[in-house]
Amino acid sequence: MLETIGVGSMNDLLVDIPQSLRLESLQLPDGLSEYETMAQVSALAGRNRVYPDRLTFRGGGVYRRFIPAAVAAVTSKPEFYTAYTPYQAEASQGTLQAIYEVQTLIAELTALDVSNASLYDGATAVAEAAMMAFVHTGRNEVLVSGYVHPEYVQVLRAFGEGRGIKVRKGGEPNKKTAAVIFQQPDFLGLLADPPALTAAAHAAGALAIACVDPISLAILAPPGEYGADIAVGEGQQLGLPPSYGGPHVGFIACRRELVRRLPGRIVGEAHDASGRRGYALVLAAREQHIRREKATSNICTNHSLCALAASVYLTYMGPYGLRQVAEVSFRRAHALAERLAALPGWEMAFPERQFVSEFPMRVPKAPAVVKKFARKGILGGLDVHRWFRELKGVLTFTCTEVNDARALDELVAALE
Amino acid sequence: MTEPLSFELSRPAVDPPRLPDADVSGPAPSDLLPKEALRAKPPGLPRLSEPEIMRHYSRLASMNYSISENFYPLGSCTMKYNPVVNETAASLPGFAGLHPYQDEDTVQGALELMWRLERALCAIVGVERVTLQPAAGAHGEWTALRMIRAYQHSKGEARTEVLVPDSAHGTNPASAALSGFQVVEVKSGHDGRISLADLESKLSPRTSALMLTNPNTLGLFEREILDIAELVHSTGAMLYYDGANLNAFMGICRPGDMGFDAVHMNLHKTFTPPHGGGGPGAGPVGVKAELVPFLPMPTVERTNGHLMLDHKRPQSIGRGRSFYGNFGMLVRAYTYILAMGGDGLSQASQDAVLSANYRRKLVEDDLEMPHDGPCMHEFVASANRLSHENGVRALDIAKALLDRDFYGPTVYFPLVVPEAIMVEPTETESKATLEAFARAIKDIVAQAKTNPQGLHDEPKNLPVGRLDDVAAARRINTYLQGQSEEPVLRWKAPSQSPG
Repeated sequence: MLETIGVGSMNDLLVDIPQSLRLESLQLPDGLSEYETMAQVSALAGRNRVYPDRLTFRGGGVYRRFIPAAVAAVTSKPEFYTAYTPYQAEASQGTLQAIYEVQTLIAELTALDVSNASLYDGATAVAEAAMMAFVHTGRNEVLVSGYVHPEYVQVLRAFGEGRGIKVRKGGEPNKKTAAVIFQQPDFLGLLADPPALTAAAHAAGALAIACVDPISLAILAPPGEYGADIAVGEGQQLGLPPSYGGPHVGFIACRRELVRRLPGRIVGEAHDASGRRGYALVLAAREQHIRREKATSNICTNHSLCALAASVYLTYMGPYGLRQVAEVSFRRAHALAERLAALPGWEMAFPERQFVSEFPMRVPKAPAVVKKFARKGILGGLDVHRWFRELKGVLTFTCTEVNDARALDELVAALE
Repeated sequence: MTEPLSFELSRPAVDPPRLPDADVSGPAPSDLLPKEALRAKPPGLPRLSEPEIMRHYSRLASMNYSISENFYPLGSCTMKYNPVVNETAASLPGFAGLHPYQDEDTVQGALELMWRLERALCAIVGVERVTLQPAAGAHGEWTALRMIRAYQHSKGEARTEVLVPDSAHGTNPASAALSGFQVVEVKSGHDGRISLADLESKLSPRTSALMLTNPNTLGLFEREILDIAELVHSTGAMLYYDGANLNAFMGICRPGDMGFDAVHMNLHKTFTPPHGGGGPGAGPVGVKAELVPFLPMPTVERTNGHLMLDHKRPQSIGRGRSFYGNFGMLVRAYTYILAMGGDGLSQASQDAVLSANYRRKLVEDDLEMPHDGPCMHEFVASANRLSHENGVRALDIAKALLDRDFYGPTVYFPLVVPEAIMVEPTETESKATLEAFARAIKDIVAQAKTNPQGLHDEPKNLPVGRLDDVAAARRINTYLQGQSEEPVLRWKAPSQSPG
């Protein structure tokens, strides 16, 4: 090859690199066989403690749920996972059609007009939605109402600082407010009053941004119905393992009037010269590779493969399977809440508020309780005091279809 | 061959899958929640049986080009083969089954992996610390610029401009704008490299940073990088490295030694996590010592062999995303680095450069080469002459390649080359594949001279031919302006869209 190129050595190809910059070698160990590699990696995996699904009662934005085998069977097809971003539409119809289906599924779930192809996670989806509102209204404050996931708010603040967007927690929207952001159900699992929050936002000329749990949308009124302008959320529950926090997938959907402000990829229907239907990336005039510094966002990748998992999951469940999952979670969480609240010294932290499948309990000696669970092999409640000073002694518990009736018994028994 | 949408395949007669029953005596949602809080009508999800679902996605898969099938010449994208062992590693229950809010004592292996990956990346790019949090390259750019801004702010400096070469990736100016900076463009000289004179004229006390990739997007090494670094640093600005082209020089040289203060890396390009049809990726950022206090939180710290997440970082820029990064992608990258070793990574970069130069040589008589070689890991050719003389554009060549069992190269980028065709072969392609690709190019160029019209009609052998973007855009406009209920951006049941 060197001879064809017309040089004598590899070094002749590297002549442009100043000699003073050249390395002798990398300060890393030499390579390993696949067997040795996996032995080392498996040893690291073995140093982690994996709690069984059924004994995981900790949520806080990431949940253990039943994942149909079909999900991994599809996402592990190399035609999907080793494909590139579908720039050449004719050779990427599989990915493009799958994304078009994802967009439709998210639009259906949220009852909004249009969804994009996906975002990194729920937190960045909230931040991207806030930026849409900032540009759309020309106002520079966003109002966070209630117990929105603390990490989402941290991300919102960090993104906001770059764009000069102020983040205010609590209070009423006013004429500086670009958007009211609320989470339904919130970080503690409690239900907010979205129609009232949406109305208040609109009365002040602000947009309403609903951060929603996609499974709960099988039973709760969807954002489009109560008039939210943008719905965002985290899609991990739709067929993705917790994987220590990622990769997961964010989603974002909006009303028709806001579509040109959406970040990221969007797939649309198109036809070829002989009238065959196909799918292609559209509305690229919003994006960084065309608009550069004037783009709606710098986002370039979406989380396509995770969105594909969500798509297979939702298709597998169908409307009634999804409702079953949501209802089972609801019933179990309420049964568990009742039993825990009956324990001496334990009480619901917000007894006047409704919840779906996660709920906050005020408990005596919360850190000791969590340790007690761990000793019994249970990933118990999440201590939320680390984020909220006023919630000392509050643990949130979550229940899904994987926490069977006996697992509930074990959780309660662990405290005796 | 086209495939109906899952919604079109849906049959109301399909029963939902069998799922666990509640088995407890808890109330149902309708027992507790007011009617207006409940969903009145179930969401319009498709109803399909498992065999129908599996066949649907199998047919969709067969309509996709992928690296497991053949070679992607995409310049700037580093489409190398994705070792399957990475997938095995990431799906180990000891990784995939971890909840992000588990106690630190129970995730020491995961934190150790992150720590070791950070050390390895530090060694490869020559920096002090690395944050593994960013989810993608563009996310990494934003993270780094926020750190630079916070650092300068801490010194009482209010620098407002970021310099970006005209050959840069579009994410550079977009990330700079998103981080609160004004973007100032720096011109390339006629040799394709950044113009020192233009750079000097754009640098000022307002300059916060210069964003640069080296080798640049033309595949050329910025020979004057040490002078560039000195010039930038002399004004108190910082130098930012866009790591899209890191595959060119692992073990050969390091951005840290060139003078870069912050470096992002696209793990999914250089370190083989798969691209997933457009993500998820991972875009860690490495920094020199001055920027360390500003790293996103939490960082992974190690004391006496015990690993912990450090959330108490008063000068941190905060969080760029939830949790600790795309951990599953970090497992894949670490597995790759372990398997390759320092020796293997160095060899990979040398092979990538060799492949690019070989490929360039094979097609240099067919396409114009606007800049002299040697190139690094990729090269940019131009179809400008073919376009003028035969009416065959870069896009036509890309589409014709699809009919010859290859993917199209990156076209019309970088913007500084007319009718640009950007090719990056990577080290994982064999000599035979490189030669087959060159033959396909020769074949297309020959046809351009005899039957250019035929090329405009390609591809012909794929599920669809060229899609009419203009007509699609018109329909989308009509919908967005409220003049049509035909959504184009999603499927809708025919009965729901009258007219």
